[in-house]
Amino acid sequence: MYLSEQTRQKIMELRDRYPARLAAVLPVLHLVYDEFGYLGTDQLDEAADALGISRLDMNETASFYTLFPKHKVGKYLIQVCDNISCALRGADNLVSYLESKLGIKVGGTTPDGLFTLWTVECLGSCGTAPMMQVNDKYYERLTREKVDKLLEAWRNSK
Amino acid sequence: MTNKILFKYIDHPDQDKIATYIENGGYLALRKALKEFKPEELVELIKKSGLRGRGGAGFPTGLKWSFLPKNMNKPIYLIINADESEPGTFKDRQLMEYNPHQLLEGTIIAAYAIKCHLVFIYIRGEFAYCAQQISRAIQEASSHGFVGKNILGSGFDLDIHIYRGGGAYICGEETSLMESIEGRRALSRQKPPFPAIEGLWACPTIINNVETISNIPHIINNGAEWFASIGMAKSVGTKIYCLSGHVKRPGNYELPMGVSLRELIYEYGGGIIDDYALKAVIPGGSSVPILRADEIDVKMDFESLAEKGSMLGSAGVIVMHDGTCMVAALQKLVKFYEHESCGKCSPCREGTNWMNKILKRMLAGEGRPEDVDLLYDVASNIIGNTVCPLGDAAAMPVMSFIRKFRDEFDNICGGGKPYGTISFPFR
Ligand SMILES: Cc1cc2nc3c(=O)[nH]c(=O)nc-3n(C[C@H](O)[C@H](O)[C@H](O)COP(=O)(O)O)c2cc1C
Repeated sequence: MYLSEQTRQKIMELRDRYPARLAAVLPVLHLVYDEFGYLGTDQLDEAADALGISRLDMNETASFYTLFPKHKVGKYLIQVCDNISCALRGADNLVSYLESKLGIKVGGTTPDGLFTLWTVECLGSCGTAPMMQVNDKYYERLTREKVDKLLEAWRNSK
Repeated sequence: MTNKILFKYIDHPDQDKIATYIENGGYLALRKALKEFKPEELVELIKKSGLRGRGGAGFPTGLKWSFLPKNMNKPIYLIINADESEPGTFKDRQLMEYNPHQLLEGTIIAAYAIKCHLVFIYIRGEFAYCAQQISRAIQEASSHGFVGKNILGSGFDLDIHIYRGGGAYICGEETSLMESIEGRRALSRQKPPFPAIEGLWACPTIINNVETISNIPHIINNGAEWFASIGMAKSVGTKIYCLSGHVKRPGNYELPMGVSLRELIYEYGGGIIDDYALKAVIPGGSSVPILRADEIDVKMDFESLAEKGSMLGSAGVIVMHDGTCMVAALQKLVKFYEHESCGKCSPCREGTNWMNKILKRMLAGEGRPEDVDLLYDVASNIIGNTVCPLGDAAAMPVMSFIRKFRDEFDNICGGGKPYGTISFPFR
């Protein structure tokens, strides 16, 4: 058993929430992601069983969406937008700055499991570039100073 | 300054709370709509107002609603498209964060007008805060009797689901969006049948953008003539222009349709940063053809931009100064479409991949002189050859960048040094 009783319960409640059962798949993916911070195959299988759909349907849909990591990531998942509007405001150098501060490359996780660094496509924050999303939250109009402070706060929160 | 409609209370701290929203005239339009209008009359009113979709295509909203079949015994669905993912676009997010009730009131009125009893608000997955705001707004509205059974004693019932996306740009495209809600991989559907005839679960479905729907309460309150009198002849009302890139004051600006692009950049945006000169502007989100600095004396509305060979699109205005390398800028756009292609149609799936490869080769100094034509050729084989317009959206920037800035591409492929960079300072 991977899923908590609470998540399982929430999934059961979604069974008949929508005009068709399959419509609950994406909401279920969010529930699993909220509990684990990623979507593992075992969790997804269990979630499919709880929802009462085939495991194949669950996995097929889950594999389409890039919002959810498919394996365990750091406690703080740092996602930097490096698309056009952010790039014009220094996103590529924000990425390099984070790489050097964290001592990892894009795609990597720090050895203490605290930070994972990704680049992602546009997050709809172009007027407040450069920016990054960390877990569920946006951090905008970033400067070196702001990044330093944030990283320090997160390191101290261990 | 002109009169703002959607952003009128943007500086009001508690506009997202129902008490403040009501204090500022909120939910009067809903009362009026339910009391004084039959659904069909509302459709006519919206038609008369000239309101056109703000999601990118500019389709007349009332006309779309009127396509719904009459007297059908299937449910009718309304989907609010809050998937906002087009690079350079960030207006729907602000509309939802600062004024969720404005959207909600518009949604309830729209549902009543099209005789829909179940709405899905499809919010892009990353917008967690928007989802919170809308969710809270729905709760508040329910406790005031604006959502649920027998709304304000009218006999009209309505349920609203918030549906959160999974980080896929393609889900903003209306047919993919419906696949997504149905729980499958979000591959686009062939049209026709159009959603108004056969949409979600093969039932009649209307899909409208957040900004489109946020306008509805104001049209009810002030009348169709009032709305139609703002802006241009065919592009009416205000528009939220999303200004980003190399301007001094980036951000959202609500202005009448047809404001000049030059004014937007130099008056509202405060001009170009660091005393550079303007090089180029993408006027309507990453998907639309780019304009050169000498082409910015254009009005920002559907017709005027089309005349200039570009589009208003989502009104994401991306400004680039003359230190920008256009080859590198284009690669940023193309890698986006490569990543976001849903994979259904070969021209888009394979073509975006090839285009990105060619551009990366150019940027690595390994471009061959014939690569410029090759890149253009790949793009012209995508455009028009895919089920949904994501293919066109990927091809249009490529073709326009090459047409307008050919010398930069030729120069790089001839072994020359790039004319600029995309790696701007982070301080
Ligand atoms: C690739 C692609 C992405 C789109 N993304 C969005 C989006 O994020 N938000 C949106 O409102 N419309 C988007 N659209 C347009 C929708 O398909 C649809 O036309 C729109 O939601 C209709 O609403 P409107 O008439 O109110 O503009 C997109 C279209 C395409 C082809």
